[in-house]
Amino acid sequence: MKKILKHFFVLFICTYIYSVDEELILSQEFPDKLSDFRFFKDASAQVPHDKVIPYELISTLFSDYSYKQRWVYVPNEKKAKYQEDWVFNFPTGSALIKTFYYPIDERNPELGKNLLETRLLLKKDQGWEAVSYAWNKEQNEAFKKIAGKTINVSWTDFMGEERDVRYRVPNVNQCKECHDADDKISPIGPKARNINKDFAFKEDTFNQLTYWMNRQIIDEYPLDLVSPVDWTDESKDINDRVRSYLDINCGHCHSPTGNANSTGLYLHLNETRNINLGVFKKPVATGRGSGGLKYSIVPGEPEESILLHRMISMDPGVMMPESGRALTHTEAVEMVRDWILLMED
Amino acid sequence: MFIACLAFSTFSYSKEIVISPGDDSQERLQEAMILMSEGDTLVIKSGYYSFEDGLSLDVDNVIITGEGMDKTILDFKDQKSGAQGLLVTSDKVTLKDFAILDAKGDALKVIGTKGINMINLRTEWTGGPKSSNGAYGFYPVESEDVLIDGCVAIGASDAGIYVGQSKNIIVRNSIAQYNVAGIEIENSYYADVYNNLASHNTGGILIFDLPDLPQQGGHHIRVFDNKSINNDTDNFAPEGNIVGEVPRGTGIIIMANSDVEVFNNLMSGNGTVNLSIVSYSDETDDPNYYPHPKRIQVHNNTYGPSGFDPDIETGELAKALFEISSGKMPDIFWDGVVPLSQMLFGQPDNEKLIISEDSQVNFLTISPIKYMLGFSNPIKIEKEDFQGIINPLESITIDGIK
Repeated sequence: MKKILKHFFVLFICTYIYSVDEELILSQEFPDKLSDFRFFKDASAQVPHDKVIPYELISTLFSDYSYKQRWVYVPNEKKAKYQEDWVFNFPTGSALIKTFYYPIDERNPELGKNLLETRLLLKKDQGWEAVSYAWNKEQNEAFKKIAGKTINVSWTDFMGEERDVRYRVPNVNQCKECHDADDKISPIGPKARNINKDFAFKEDTFNQLTYWMNRQIIDEYPLDLVSPVDWTDESKDINDRVRSYLDINCGHCHSPTGNANSTGLYLHLNETRNINLGVFKKPVATGRGSGGLKYSIVPGEPEESILLHRMISMDPGVMMPESGRALTHTEAVEMVRDWILLMED
Repeated sequence: MFIACLAFSTFSYSKEIVISPGDDSQERLQEAMILMSEGDTLVIKSGYYSFEDGLSLDVDNVIITGEGMDKTILDFKDQKSGAQGLLVTSDKVTLKDFAILDAKGDALKVIGTKGINMINLRTEWTGGPKSSNGAYGFYPVESEDVLIDGCVAIGASDAGIYVGQSKNIIVRNSIAQYNVAGIEIENSYYADVYNNLASHNTGGILIFDLPDLPQQGGHHIRVFDNKSINNDTDNFAPEGNIVGEVPRGTGIIIMANSDVEVFNNLMSGNGTVNLSIVSYSDETDDPNYYPHPKRIQVHNNTYGPSGFDPDIETGELAKALFEISSGKMPDIFWDGVVPLSQMLFGQPDNEKLIISEDSQVNFLTISPIKYMLGFSNPIKIEKEDFQGIINPLESITIDGIK
């Protein structure tokens, strides 16, 4: 009897640990608790289930210096299809999972993390849906936040300085505002070109695309892929670094299919027209966002360039991006300032 | 029985959701705006609501109503995030009877929707005209079937009521005061702007078209039965914006649009000029852009005093006009700029400006060729030369709107 019970117990644990709740991914309603999806073996430590694969992007969206961990889940026997210049076409039942956190002290990771929220993109029959779960004080569960949440949080940065931020968990509509492409929700990050880099998986270090092939969640990608550079890599060309940064931070709205297409300012990687990239481009419906400046970019004159002004500003009526930022990204501002300074007429 | 139940449940009845002032009203209101279903009505009871973050709506076919533009007050003066007070991105939405105050960016932005009714709403910056005010009060853009009716817009640092890159538009019975531009229709097709009051703005009503945008070639705009009077507020737009060029005291400006009919309006008390018809004058390399107005029809308007206080400090329009007219400012001004071929060989008849006004109405235009060749008197004031038959434009209809 005891033996049978033990068997049952092991079986139960196995099924529990080794399966993500796919039905929940597909269900109409989002569950109240993140743990219901069973994406993690150990939620507090953010240890994922084996079928939940971690990944990184070459360049990432700035979110007030928060750190992000990303995972992808693709249902058994299904594969995501490569699409040129676009994110993989993930099969129904897939999930993209992203946890935002601050380390307690950036100088000493062992002091632990402060988990803020875990955002989900769930591929349902009718397409992608987005929702966010905010972590509780005990850091052992995250709860659905339809209307978003404000978290006043602080951390110690690399310089040993205490930093504070009014961190905003986005509401469901705000998720859509950035993830909108042609009136449908779409992931932004996992384009083949953006994940074409090495990652230290628990087995070993592999190129992520190679790993995805081995794990059979994709079945092809072009070998001559042109990837953006890591914008933090100072050995790379500054134009490539800036274009990589602008692509991932601005290009999802500022593109012909994005939410900011009415502006005519397009900052996605494929844009080549100077006027649409902002060079001597006048503001359209910018209002006081222009800061009294005449053009998005004036070559050689960063302080005369609206683009830089709006990256620096922390005023909600002026700042870009419109949401998801409360602090200035100093390092990126410096880079874009140099880029404009070096730009020739 | 089971099947019947199932069928029944898919036709859920539309419901009414009521939000009252009190603790967590921001979260309660935002959550209600997210969770409401098609067909629902959300009632925001009268009272004062304060917000730290912008609100947004993305549910089709809903009504959000307050209890009056002076009763239900959504106040954003403590706003810390969000580029607008309220953002609407869904179709068939009716908003009515509330006010949006002191938003950090635009007050009410509506983007990419089909069917938006804004009725008896107020957007206001309460500290008077200031360049730190948000850009737009009402800001529908890239939308179709846009109604703005009985609304009030005060204090916007760009335009109180701004309709951009949209189609099928009615702006009526509304009041725009103390904005840089009272009402602006930009890069839009098929609009009726009527029975509005635009006063104490920098410029009253602007019909503009700009280059390098996804939708351009603004056309078929009727501006009638409006009062654009006493527009006497100094331009307080931040530099760089096109309305920053508008001189204080302009009644109506038509720029680079086609098929515009301006009639039965009262323009008066505008210190620079009552009505101005101009080309887009900045450089542009946009091959798809046509910078000149054409087929503009002006008739049966009433013109009161104007030109008594031209704002030669702002932009080029007032200064140029003041110099060229030797200080005798006209009621109607056309800059006369046409493509080079038309300068040489004349405008085709069906593109010409038509003016049919009372004989006392003063008109002035410039002959660009004479101007360029340095003629001492390049101006022309005989509006009789611009007489013609008025071809009324068709009125705009929106399904379900009387």
